[in-house]
Amino acid sequence: MFVAKSIAADHKDLIHDVSYDFHGRRMATCSSDQSVKVWDKGDDGEWHCTASWKTHSGSVWRVTWAHPEFGQVLASCSFDRTAAVWEEIVGESNDKQRGQSHWIKRTTLVDSRTSVTDVKFAPKHMGLMLTTCSADGVVRIYEAPDVMNLSQWSLQHEISCKLSCSCISWNPSSSRAHPPMIAVGSDDSNVTYSGKVQIYEYNENTRKYAKAETLMTVTDPVHDIAFAPNLGRSFHVLAIATKDVRIFKLLPMRRESANSSGPTKFEVQVMAQFDSHNSQVWRVSWNITSTLLASSGDDGCVRLWKANYMDNWKCTGILRGDGSPVNGSSGHAAALSAVGIPGAAQMVVGAASAGRYFFPHLDSPRAGSRLAHLLPPPSLIEQIYEPDPSHAPQLRQRHAANSIIQPAEHD
Amino acid sequence: MEEVDVEPSPMVIADLNSFIYRHLGFEWGPGDLLVYETNYKLSAGSPLVHVVRKDEDICSPILRKLFNESHLIFVGLQKIKEDVPSKNKKSQFVSISKNYRSVIRACMEELQQNADGSLASQYGDQVSILLAIELIWNLCEVLFIDAAPAGSLLLHLLDWVRLHKSDVDARAREVLQSESPAQHQSYWDVVISLVLQGRMDEARQVLSKQASLRAESSSVFKRMDVLLQTMPIFNPTGTQTLTEFDVKWRHWHEECDRCLQDNTFASNRHLETIVKILVGDEDTILEQKELLSTWYHFLVTRLLFTHPTIKPPDLHYYAQSSMNMFLGPRAPPEPLDIILLSAFEFDLHQVIKDCSIALNNWWFVAHLTDLLDHCKLLQSHNLHFGSNLREFLVLEYASGLFTHHSLWQLAVDYFDHCPEFGRVYLELQIERIPLDTERKAIKVLRICEDRQMSEQVRSICKIMAKRALRNNRLGSALSWSIRAKDAAFATLISERFLQDYCNKGSFTDLDLLDNLGPAMLLSDRLTFLGKYREFHRLYGENRFSEAAKLLLSLMTAKIAPRGLWMTLLTDALPLLEQKEVKTRTTHALHSHFTVVKKLDEDIESTKTELLRLALARNLAMAIVKEGTIET
Repeated sequence: MFVAKSIAADHKDLIHDVSYDFHGRRMATCSSDQSVKVWDKGDDGEWHCTASWKTHSGSVWRVTWAHPEFGQVLASCSFDRTAAVWEEIVGESNDKQRGQSHWIKRTTLVDSRTSVTDVKFAPKHMGLMLTTCSADGVVRIYEAPDVMNLSQWSLQHEISCKLSCSCISWNPSSSRAHPPMIAVGSDDSNVTYSGKVQIYEYNENTRKYAKAETLMTVTDPVHDIAFAPNLGRSFHVLAIATKDVRIFKLLPMRRESANSSGPTKFEVQVMAQFDSHNSQVWRVSWNITSTLLASSGDDGCVRLWKANYMDNWKCTGILRGDGSPVNGSSGHAAALSAVGIPGAAQMVVGAASAGRYFFPHLDSPRAGSRLAHLLPPPSLIEQIYEPDPSHAPQLRQRHAANSIIQPAEHD
Repeated sequence: MEEVDVEPSPMVIADLNSFIYRHLGFEWGPGDLLVYETNYKLSAGSPLVHVVRKDEDICSPILRKLFNESHLIFVGLQKIKEDVPSKNKKSQFVSISKNYRSVIRACMEELQQNADGSLASQYGDQVSILLAIELIWNLCEVLFIDAAPAGSLLLHLLDWVRLHKSDVDARAREVLQSESPAQHQSYWDVVISLVLQGRMDEARQVLSKQASLRAESSSVFKRMDVLLQTMPIFNPTGTQTLTEFDVKWRHWHEECDRCLQDNTFASNRHLETIVKILVGDEDTILEQKELLSTWYHFLVTRLLFTHPTIKPPDLHYYAQSSMNMFLGPRAPPEPLDIILLSAFEFDLHQVIKDCSIALNNWWFVAHLTDLLDHCKLLQSHNLHFGSNLREFLVLEYASGLFTHHSLWQLAVDYFDHCPEFGRVYLELQIERIPLDTERKAIKVLRICEDRQMSEQVRSICKIMAKRALRNNRLGSALSWSIRAKDAAFATLISERFLQDYCNKGSFTDLDLLDNLGPAMLLSDRLTFLGKYREFHRLYGENRFSEAAKLLLSLMTAKIAPRGLWMTLLTDALPLLEQKEVKTRTTHALHSHFTVVKKLDEDIESTKTELLRLALARNLAMAIVKEGTIET
C-alpha cells in the first residue's frame, strides 16, 4: 500500500464521512461545517471539487450516493434531525466551463425528532428507497414512487428498535434469493440491554418488516455495521464495529412449512473477532468483492482484514496517521508522490505493502549477497513511530460534543 | 495467505497537522482506499483525505507488457485438453513455464534499457523483484514441473545457476578481449568462476592463454587441461546408465585426488585451488564466496563435485547445510533464501505461501500456482470448502487488474477460468467499470451479454439511458432504454419526444424512430410514437389514404395519449381536403372530434370551427364523389 496522493478537503471542520459513487469516479465529503462537497476525478486522475454547499443546520454525519440508474443523487443526514436528498442538474454552460455543477435539494425528510445518525439507499432492485435511522431508535424507510420526481418521497415503513440507532446496513443480496433484509446497530451504552444488533426482514404477506434476529452476544455499543456481498453463498456475512471487530455468519434455517409466514430464523456463528484496535471500533466496511474488511478504531489506525482460501482471517495491513514528520523519507517521498494539491505534498509515505513485504528485511545488505540488489532504498520501508501520548483525546460523545456547537433551533 | 502470525507493520500517513485527530475514517473505492482524518468524538479542524492504493504494480506502465503477454499464455494453458496423455503434457507444461519466464526476461530487459533519469531507482527495484521472481520460477520449473530425475537434476540446476549468475560471461569477455588476458587482474577469478559453474571447456580455453605464456610449466597446465577435459558429464539422452556414469565419475575423481596428493600443482596456487575444487573440497569451495555470491550457487557447485548423481529427495539436506555453511551462524536467512529452501525441500505449499507474503504483486503466485495446478501438483491442498488455492490466487490477481483503467479487460478471462467464484466476482467488478463513453459502455455490455449476465446488461443500459436523458440526448436515451427493455423509461422518453414535437412541430432522431421495428412494442407510448412518426412519413410521401388510415387506427386503438388527440385531429385537417379520403374515415374522425370536445372545453374556438368546417366539407365532397361513382 502507498499513499498515491492527498487532497486538501477544505472543509472548515471535521470530516465525518467520505463516500465514493458507484463507479469510483466521484466522491462526496460531509463535515461538521454543515456542508457537503462533491469531487470529480479528472482525466488526469486528480480530484477536483465541483460543488460545495451548505446542506444542513448541524453536523452532517453521513453522505451516500444512489445507484447511477437513478441519476446523480445524494442523500445526507445530520444532527439537525433531518435527512435530505440532492440531485445534480445539468447546469448552464458557463458553470461547466468553470468546472462547477449544481445540486438542488429535492426533499427534506423531517420525521425524526432526534439526530439522524445514518442514511443508506436500499439495493437498487428494490427501487429508489432511502433508509434513515435516528438516535430516538426509529428506522424509517422512504420510497420515491416516481424515479423521475425526486421531490416526492413517501414514508413506507417505520421500525421501532427501542434503542438509540447508530448505523444501518442493507443486505446487498439479490431479491430473488432472499427477501429484503436490513441490520440496525445501536450505540446505547447501557450494557444491560443486550443485543445491540437487530436484523429485520421484509415479509411479503404482511408487507411489513419483522425482526428476524437479535445478536444477543453484542452487548457493547455498536458504531457501524456492514453486510458483505453475498457471492452466491447460502449464508450472510455481517461485520460489526463495537468494542472489537466482529464478523458474523448468518445461516438461514430451513423453514417449517407450518410457520412459513414468519421471518427467517438464523443460526448465528462468529466467524472472526479481532480486538487489535484495543479499544472502541468506529467503522467497518467491505471492499467490492468482500475479500477485504477495513476497520478503524480508537487506536487511530485503519486495519485491513483478509481471509485466506481456508477462511482464516488475518490482519494484512495497518494504516495510521501520525504527527511525527517522516524522518529521512521526504526526499524519496517527493519522488513517489503524484502531483498533489499544493500544500499537501509531504503526505507521502513508504511503500509498505499490506502484510506483503518487499523481499528483504531491514538489515543492510551483506557484501556479496544477491539481495543487495533486491533491497529497496531504506526510505521505502515503513517506519514505525510511537503514538504521541500527549494528545490523548477528550472522551466526549460525538452527539454531546456537537450539541455545544449546534444552534438551539431544535428544542 | 494463512499463518502470517506477525502483525504487519503499520504504514504511517505522515502529515504535520494530524496530531489533533486521533481517528482515521475510510472509504473503499474500486482500486483504492480513501483515508481521512476524523475524530468520532470531537469536532474541530480542517482535515485531509488521502488516497491509499493497494496494488502499486498494477499501475506500473512498465509491467503492462508482463500482464498483457502472460495473459495470452494463461489463456493458452487453460485450453490444454484433459485427454492428452500426461506424458505429452509434461513437455507442454515445461514449454509454457519457459514462455512465462521469457516474458519476465523480456520485461526485465526492457526495464534495464529504460532505466534512466528520475525513475531509475523505481525501475531498479522492479528489475530486482523480477529477477527474484524468475529465479524462483526457474527453480520450481526444474524441481516440480520438469521433475528431473537423478543425473539430469544436477544438469538442470547447473543451467539454473549459470543463467542467474551471468556476470561471469561479461568478465570472461572482458578478460579475453584485453591485450594480455593472462595478465588481467580478473584472469584467475574468471577461470575459477567457470570451473565453479562446471563450464570446463570454457575454463580450458581461458587457461590455454596462460599455458602458452609459461613454457616452463606447460606440463602442469596440460595436466590440468586433461583433468578438466575428462570430467564426465551425465548425458541424459545417451545410452549410458546412471551407474556407469557414477563409476566413470568416481574414477575421474580419484584421478584428481591423486594429483592433489602428488602435489602436481603445488607450483601454482591457482591450479592447486582448482584441483581442490575438483575433488570437492568444501572449505576451498567455500573460500570462493565472492565468486559464488550465493548459497545456492555454492550448493550446486558442491553437488557437482561431490554428488553429481543427487536424487531429488536428498536435495533438501544439502540445501540446508549449504545455506548454513555459506551464510554462517550470524546472518539470518532472508525471505528469498527461505523460499528457495522450501523449494529444495519440495514444499510447494510453503513456496507459494512465502511468495505471496514476500512479493508485492499477485502476478507471480497466481500464474505459478495455476501452472502447478494444471500439472496436478496441488491436489493434496485442495479443500472441500471454499475456493481452492489456485482459484483464490487467480481471483486476487484478476481483482487487482480490474482496478486498472484498461487492464480490466484481461481480468475477464481470468475470472472466466475460476469455476467457483469467477462469475460472481466478474458480476461485482464489471458493473463498477466507469462508463465514460458510449464506446466503453458497449464494450462492457458485450462482455456481459456474452456471459448472459442479464442483470448487469440491464443496469448498464439503464445507467446510460438515464445519463443520456439528463444531457437531453433523447435518441440515445431511447435506444439505451430499449436495450435495457425498460418499459417505464421508454414510455417516459417517448412522452418527451411527443412533447418536443408539440413544441417544435418536428421530430428529432429520425433514424432511430424510423427503424424501431418490433422494439416499438416495448411500451404503448413507444408504439404510438413509432406509429405517429410513420404517419408523418406517409404524409410526407403524399400517401394520404394510408396516412389517414394509420391516424384513424391510432385513434381507435386508443393508444394515443388523450392530450394529443387534438393534435391528431389537427393533423387530420389537410387530409380532409384530399380527394381519396372515404366517408367512413370522416365519420370516425367526427366522432373522435366530439369526444375531444367534450373532454376539453377549452379548445380554442377557431380551431374547433376550422375542424368542423373541414369535416363538413370533406363529408360533402365524399358524398358527392361516392354518389357519382354509383350512377
